[in-house]
Amino acid sequence: MTAPVSPREILICSIAKLLDGSRHVAVGASSPIPAAGAMLLRALKDERRAEKVRVSILGSVEHNFFTNGSAELFDCAGQGRIDAFFLGGGQIDGVGNINLVGVGDYPQSSVRWPGSFGSAYLYFVVPRVILFREEHTPRVFVDRVDFISAPGISEPGVYRTGGPYALLTGKGLFRFDRDRPGFSLESVHPGHSLPEIKEATGFDFTHDDDPSITPTPDAVTLKLLRGRVLDELHETYPDFAAQMRREISAGATPA
Amino acid sequence: MHTDLEALARQIEPGMRIALPVDYAGVSMAMTRPIIRHGAGDLDLICVPTGGLQVDMLVGAGLVRSVETSAVSLGEAGGAPRFNQAVKDGAIGLRDATCPAIHAGLMAAQKGSPFTAMRGLIGTDVLKNREDWRIIDNPFAESGDPIVLIPAIHPDITIFHAPMADRFGNVWIGRRRELAAMAYASKMTFVTVERIVDESLLASETLAAGTLPALYVSEIAVAPRGAWPYGLWGEYSTDTVELLRYAKAARTAEGFAAYMSGAAAEPAK
Repeated sequence: MTAPVSPREILICSIAKLLDGSRHVAVGASSPIPAAGAMLLRALKDERRAEKVRVSILGSVEHNFFTNGSAELFDCAGQGRIDAFFLGGGQIDGVGNINLVGVGDYPQSSVRWPGSFGSAYLYFVVPRVILFREEHTPRVFVDRVDFISAPGISEPGVYRTGGPYALLTGKGLFRFDRDRPGFSLESVHPGHSLPEIKEATGFDFTHDDDPSITPTPDAVTLKLLRGRVLDELHETYPDFAAQMRREISAGATPA
Repeated sequence: MHTDLEALARQIEPGMRIALPVDYAGVSMAMTRPIIRHGAGDLDLICVPTGGLQVDMLVGAGLVRSVETSAVSLGEAGGAPRFNQAVKDGAIGLRDATCPAIHAGLMAAQKGSPFTAMRGLIGTDVLKNREDWRIIDNPFAESGDPIVLIPAIHPDITIFHAPMADRFGNVWIGRRRELAAMAYASKMTFVTVERIVDESLLASETLAAGTLPALYVSEIAVAPRGAWPYGLWGEYSTDTVELLRYAKAARTAEGFAAYMSGAAAEPAK
């Protein structure tokens, strides 16, 4: 028997779907699930002999063609050559502001996170920024962030070719509406519910009364993910790839 | 060999601006303890564009006045404990940035220009807290187009680690071009290397393209496994177990002091 689809695999497949149509996807450091999602999209396009997808994984040698140091990612984004990127946040609020700096009064934060990284730039110039945060709790999804590393929307007249596109969490998938602005719930992951998501979200969002369930991957997609994608992922994220492999073999019950 | 590192460290004076590379680009961890032993304080660190273990150790040792950075962390080993504590205590000045702004500041210095303009940033609290950055109206636009100016960053010293140098003082940096940007912008550049080769790196077209010429390099010292416990591209990988050991020890000031005086001063063979 094939192992049942795991929550992580649903996240990876959801990311591949969100990325569909991108020609060049970049993935930041320490982001195994987004990296797997981008690799899955590339594998699916290769399988269908569709237009090739370029994937740039920071921290990888094999899956990274930058040769101009750590500035090249940002230069590349500024030139409009990166279609999709991922950002997270210690806090994310209902208008898409993200906080990667800390909790409390800046600069003497009571909890300090690493810092804004490239978000204060990339959020402006990458058309499809996918906000990815597995932990779905009211301390992450707040009404108002304590520090704006990067704003969800900008005043008219501010140069902005990019911004939030979707928000993917361990419980569900949201789309971002720049005009409102705000998030709307697109689907609930299997095993979770709308009341649970409402309880865990500190900001208001729109939703259907009976939201759909995040789809599980078809057999072709799952095969690519468990084969080629984990093989590719191993170079940058050996521990993560090995752990997924163990889960898959533990879940595959003998017939 | 160690004398070399100590001699380099002695050139650091209190109040200098020191530029240090991101954890995967070639951190001269071998210089960290010599710098701490030398003890010149009030340093202003510039992380290009983020910092890690070396920054945390220098902060923990009380040598740092301010940190300009886009982030500080120990990567897979979690948050940077001494840096985070110093932030909480208000013990260091913070100049939070975003990666391309640090690159932009170095780029301006590289070109001998006073500043570079860059997109993004408007509406962020990063910009709000940087009195040294400015918004102007793009003078080339037909209608209003606000854009941020980042002043040139001029470090006193850049310190990094690379695989090799030649006898003539040229250093091979491969595709880690930010190391060149740092050197161009700095008054002095100290490089530790795994080895020194006899033949000029500029003699081969293949190697020359990835070589930082001696013009920009002030001092070179040999330090085998000098990035440890960080990895060095093309040479060896990061010792995550050691990073985790540090992360655990440095949760307290006492644990940090014990770690720093401990036997782990040398890389595992």
